[in-house]
Amino acid sequence: MAEEAVTDAPELAAGDGVRRRDFINIAAVSVAGVGGLSTLVPLISQMSPSADVLAQSSTEVDISAIETGQAIKAVFRSQPVFIRNLTPAEITEANEVAVASLRDPQTLAERTLKSKENWLITMAVCTHLGCVPLGAGEGESRGEFGGYFCPCHGSHYDTAARIRKGPAPLNLEVPDYEFVSDTVVKIG
Amino acid sequence: MSFPWANEYKPSHPFMQWMDDRLPLPRLVYNSVGAGYPVPRNLNYWWNFGFMALVCLIIQIVTGIILAMHFAANDTVAFDSVEHIMRDVNWGWLMRYVHANGAAAFFVVVYVHIFRGFYYGSYKAPREMVWLLGVVLFLLMMATAFMGYVLPWGQMSFWAAKVITGLFSAIPMVGEPLQQWLLGGFAPGNATLNRFFSLHYLLPFVIVGVVVLHIWALHIPGSSNPTGVPVKSESDTVPFFPYFIAKDGWTVGAFLFFLAAVTFYAPNMLGHPDNYIPANPMSTPAHIVPDWYFWPFYAILRAFTTDFFFIPAKLMGVLAMFGSILIWFLLPWLDKSPVRSASYRPLYRKFFYVLLVAMAVLFYCGGAPAEEPYVVISQIAAAYYFAHFLIILPIVSAIERPDPLPYSITEAVLGEDESAALSPAE
Ligand code: HEM
Ligand code: FES
Repeated sequence: MAEEAVTDAPELAAGDGVRRRDFINIAAVSVAGVGGLSTLVPLISQMSPSADVLAQSSTEVDISAIETGQAIKAVFRSQPVFIRNLTPAEITEANEVAVASLRDPQTLAERTLKSKENWLITMAVCTHLGCVPLGAGEGESRGEFGGYFCPCHGSHYDTAARIRKGPAPLNLEVPDYEFVSDTVVKIG
Repeated sequence: MSFPWANEYKPSHPFMQWMDDRLPLPRLVYNSVGAGYPVPRNLNYWWNFGFMALVCLIIQIVTGIILAMHFAANDTVAFDSVEHIMRDVNWGWLMRYVHANGAAAFFVVVYVHIFRGFYYGSYKAPREMVWLLGVVLFLLMMATAFMGYVLPWGQMSFWAAKVITGLFSAIPMVGEPLQQWLLGGFAPGNATLNRFFSLHYLLPFVIVGVVVLHIWALHIPGSSNPTGVPVKSESDTVPFFPYFIAKDGWTVGAFLFFLAAVTFYAPNMLGHPDNYIPANPMSTPAHIVPDWYFWPFYAILRAFTTDFFFIPAKLMGVLAMFGSILIWFLLPWLDKSPVRSASYRPLYRKFFYVLLVAMAVLFYCGGAPAEEPYVVISQIAAAYYFAHFLIILPIVSAIERPDPLPYSITEAVLGEDESAALSPAE
């Protein structure tokens, strides 16, 4: 009787040639493996930005008080945004640059809205490692190219907030925005 | 493990005998840090720093658990809860200052411990695994220290979190989402603070686990020694207890003296005043630098300012910074000289000191602003740093003619005199 119970010889397996024990083994390990791996999804994704963080608010900013040549810092998604009213000289300077020579080639027109070329609105987040560059406040360094300067590791941005020198790889990011009226801009 | 002449554990008390038959924990202690563990008799003071590192780890865990009893990991109150610890909690200021300065002291000790390894070739066979686990410990320490630094949620905390997680954004394709995943948001916030606290509490215990492996791996061949000549006979060793316990004890005392001096008389010497300003996402402090123990690596990060072929400068800097530590993993295979100790390697010894100078230069530049001439200087020093490991070490170990080694540790200590060899204890 015992002999019968422990028999596991291949010749006794079902006609298709698959041993019963192998089948159970593979099936069990696969189910456990897929199950184990799928528990990783919640374990990992819990760390991503949560719903309240993602519920992105848009920000409306009154820009009527920003004189030509001035800039302010606004807040969008708990990060600072630069809103700058460019001078004609700054616009000319930005347009004179050979675009192909830039690290992140973009024209000023591509970075502003049509017929609002003097309003340069960018994230105030250095594309290197995320510091807030200087240049918006009165008397702050504006770097070698007259735009913004990030003191953390020395990135220089030009008057169109394009990266010109230093470790940052990209131009300051332009967020989505629209003009609600001539004096109010909605970011996001 | 261990040598045939190691003292054997013989419990004398009936209870210890009873215990030994059921859970031989006292035997384990006796054989690993007691009279049952023979250690080379010629170890110099550079071998004391491993034990001091262990003491540092214990100090950090004890003070850390106490701080956690009073700290609140929430971005609206974290800063205030730290001030509450400093002003209101009984002895809270002491716990915080010891924890903060203890972390710095831990790094001083571990840097010495690592340079001991560089000089005496402690990473060579048969101790490669001890070394590899050591590098893992160093990486864990850096991660732990960084997350701890974020917890008080001052200006330096906030911007450290932003810049260091920003390192990951350099990775092509997945960088941005990865950074947001690490932060739990678009910028450091409450989610970041909470998870960093959770991990800052966890990692020290992971470190404890890896330290156990580190010492386990060390105890297979036993400690190396200043000559690098392996132990040959009983007269080359003395038992860990009482000899090295006593010696370790005295340097721990000296260490605690310095830690107390800094804690009581200059507790903010190594800190940044800006971290007493609450976190402000709208403005970056004028001069942001990490804590001093990251400076050499930070200088390497900043040394890359222009694109390198098709690799962006930013990614290059990040790769170089991580690479400058990860390269230590390869050390046992880059330095092929069969002679361990630099005391017998005239050429390697010179380059060892040049490496120290290069690292000191990087250290200095890492703490300086990102301006000329520091950028150019760090570029040169960083290039030398990598050349040391990838070019100089393999060449030196191939062409160098080492000095003659002593026959044994005993001979190195007592001279060749026959009668000087220790006779077995009476
Ligand atoms: C949490 C941090 C650490 C602790 C608590 C620790 C502890 C110890 C202890 C107690 C010893 C034996 C005593 C001595 O030789 O000094 C030792 C040996 C050693 N450690 Fe560490 N260690 C740590 C980190 C590291 C790091 C970061 C490295 C290298 C990257 C390293 C490499 C070594 C090596 C190679 C030895 C053997 C030395 C020899 O026998 O010549 N350790 N460690
Ligand atoms: S974060 Fe701006 S240069 Fe590094």
